[in-house]
Amino acid sequence: MDQFTINLLFVGASFAVYIGIAIWARAGSTSEFYAAGRGVHPVTNGMATAADWMSAASFISMAGLIAFTGYDNSSFLMGWTGGYVLLALLLAPYLRKFGKFTVSEFIGDRFYSPTARIVAVICLIVASVTYVIGQMTGVGVAFGRFLEVSNTTGLLIGACVVFAYAVFGGMKGVTYTQVAQYCVLITAYTIPAIFISLQLTGNPIPALGLFGDAAGTTEPLLTKLDAIVSELGFAEYTAHHSDTLNMVLFTLSLMIGTAGLPHVIMRFFTVPKVSDARWSAGWALVFIALLYLTAPAVGAMARLNITDMMWPNGGIDGGAVKVEQIDNDARYDWMATWQKTGLLDWEDKNGDGKIQYYNDKSEKMQELAAEKGWVGNELTKFNRDILVLANPEIANLPGWVIGLVAAGGLAAALSTAAGLLLAISSAVSHDLIKGSINPAISEKGELLAARIAMAVAIVVATYLGLNPPGFAAQTVALAFGLAAASIFPALMMGIFSKKINNVGAVAGMLAGLIVTLVYIFLHKGWLFIPDTNSFTDADPLLGPIKSTSFGAVGAAVNFGVAYLVAGMTKETPQEIKDLVESVRIPRGAAAATADH
Amino acid sequence: MADQTTNSAQVAEADKGYWQANVRIILVSLVIWALVSFGFGILLRPMLSGISVGGTDLGFWFAQQGSILVFLGLIFFYAWRMNKLDAEYGVDEE
Repeated sequence: MDQFTINLLFVGASFAVYIGIAIWARAGSTSEFYAAGRGVHPVTNGMATAADWMSAASFISMAGLIAFTGYDNSSFLMGWTGGYVLLALLLAPYLRKFGKFTVSEFIGDRFYSPTARIVAVICLIVASVTYVIGQMTGVGVAFGRFLEVSNTTGLLIGACVVFAYAVFGGMKGVTYTQVAQYCVLITAYTIPAIFISLQLTGNPIPALGLFGDAAGTTEPLLTKLDAIVSELGFAEYTAHHSDTLNMVLFTLSLMIGTAGLPHVIMRFFTVPKVSDARWSAGWALVFIALLYLTAPAVGAMARLNITDMMWPNGGIDGGAVKVEQIDNDARYDWMATWQKTGLLDWEDKNGDGKIQYYNDKSEKMQELAAEKGWVGNELTKFNRDILVLANPEIANLPGWVIGLVAAGGLAAALSTAAGLLLAISSAVSHDLIKGSINPAISEKGELLAARIAMAVAIVVATYLGLNPPGFAAQTVALAFGLAAASIFPALMMGIFSKKINNVGAVAGMLAGLIVTLVYIFLHKGWLFIPDTNSFTDADPLLGPIKSTSFGAVGAAVNFGVAYLVAGMTKETPQEIKDLVESVRIPRGAAAATADH
Repeated sequence: MADQTTNSAQVAEADKGYWQANVRIILVSLVIWALVSFGFGILLRPMLSGISVGGTDLGFWFAQQGSILVFLGLIFFYAWRMNKLDAEYGVDEE
């Protein structure tokens, strides 16, 4: 059986399971559509949250970004897990106690202002659509590889599948489907990592293998990696090269953004009790940590394997890989397969029949190249987003592992895209239309509006996904920045400060959102349209602060503006102060009603 | 305990105490949260460079493994501690 058939078999089987579950648990009423009737156990909820949360960015993209940068991209690891601490301590229990369905309902009620609710909906839509663009990038890579078509065709096919899938079921369908998806994606992520860790270090646990010795030697794996990449003129893997301030702000943006993302927060509305909301965040992080503790090992080991493949005879002295070997040796078949997607390419520029892979920007390497007759790096294209999917092929693992990884990558992209589309559609139909524009809308009308909103969101995201503002994880990081700057501060102030009034909250959210959005557009192009940017992240507007790190600054602006404006305007009324008091105390949560 | 014989002023007083205790636990947890990630993982990494861990230093380990493990511990500690606090102040859901 050839690899294509195996991939098709794995992907087809996993899809059959998800769709089967979705039909079995199909949503009936609107309240089931949004929040699954509050009947979800913390462990189940944690697992579903993990699947919902770990998207194409975590599964497909992140390890690749770590692999090619090393320590400096640790921000992704700390940022995307540390946010759960904020969520568990500062938001989840109180929002559950409040007892409504959506984030914007809380903001509308707490700040006793329909305007605040609409502003929250807008912030939520902006962040979620940006997030979906990142997902579509990943969907394109995964579908392109598994159907062996170009990235663009893969993206278009993927968009249709995501849409059909999201329309199928509501949250309940999605909750149990996501448990299945979590199982598929975590198996798909860890099995190749275990194989590779055994090959390279002899330790079956990748997280331990990363800090162990290279197999058959007494040299630590990371020391070996540092030596190999430095020899080729790249930055040392374990060293800190990037700007420290930017790294801190980037990590903080991802953390705050995690706690401000509506599709994750929504999860904590669906647990039965306040104490369950606290445990749920912990369980979610347990399931997420399984992948996040493995990802740095995947990155480092893949980097080592790729470098070894390009210099198969023991570093520069042994000579580069021959073109003939890439064409004929079965171990190099993955290169031809990935070349088809347009995300990997090489060119024998100096015609010596070999492909030299090195950092042609390093001065030391330029001297060496002149001496050796090289005319530049010949591995001309290696898209970071392909690394995880290509990893088992690079390590020459059995065909079924490759099929499993294809199924896992699709599960990751699909589950998050579906969760986000659900958040967007509920924001539009429930908060915007039912909540403000037409409160008399029928249940049927609301569901229809939800589905139209989904369709519009996916068309926009697919169009922008064709020319994404960055690799999947980078685009997703922008979405986190937006959520960090707009939603999180409003929620936190709503719970922890009675002082913040309606005007303050609205001013804060708008200031945070606008300043962050403008900063991102200045660097990534207006509405992410390529070539309309005035600055680049290599040389940002404000000192070292890249557009991906600006969310933390936006959040500070939000807090500052809200306090200033609230101080100058009319005090919060007593009944709202009482509402805040009641949200802080778990007592009586079981009796909380959701007027729907 | 907030039973029928307690008057509402006492309940409000107890609720205030509960909230202050909660905020204290949150603050301590957040200090640890920041210390392991921004501290050990980034800003204090140069100071920890003397402690070697598998071919690199402790700061690198905290940035890629340790901080995540501590986050996990923090969330479960908080859930456990708050459930105890809920019971102490009689504000739990039952």
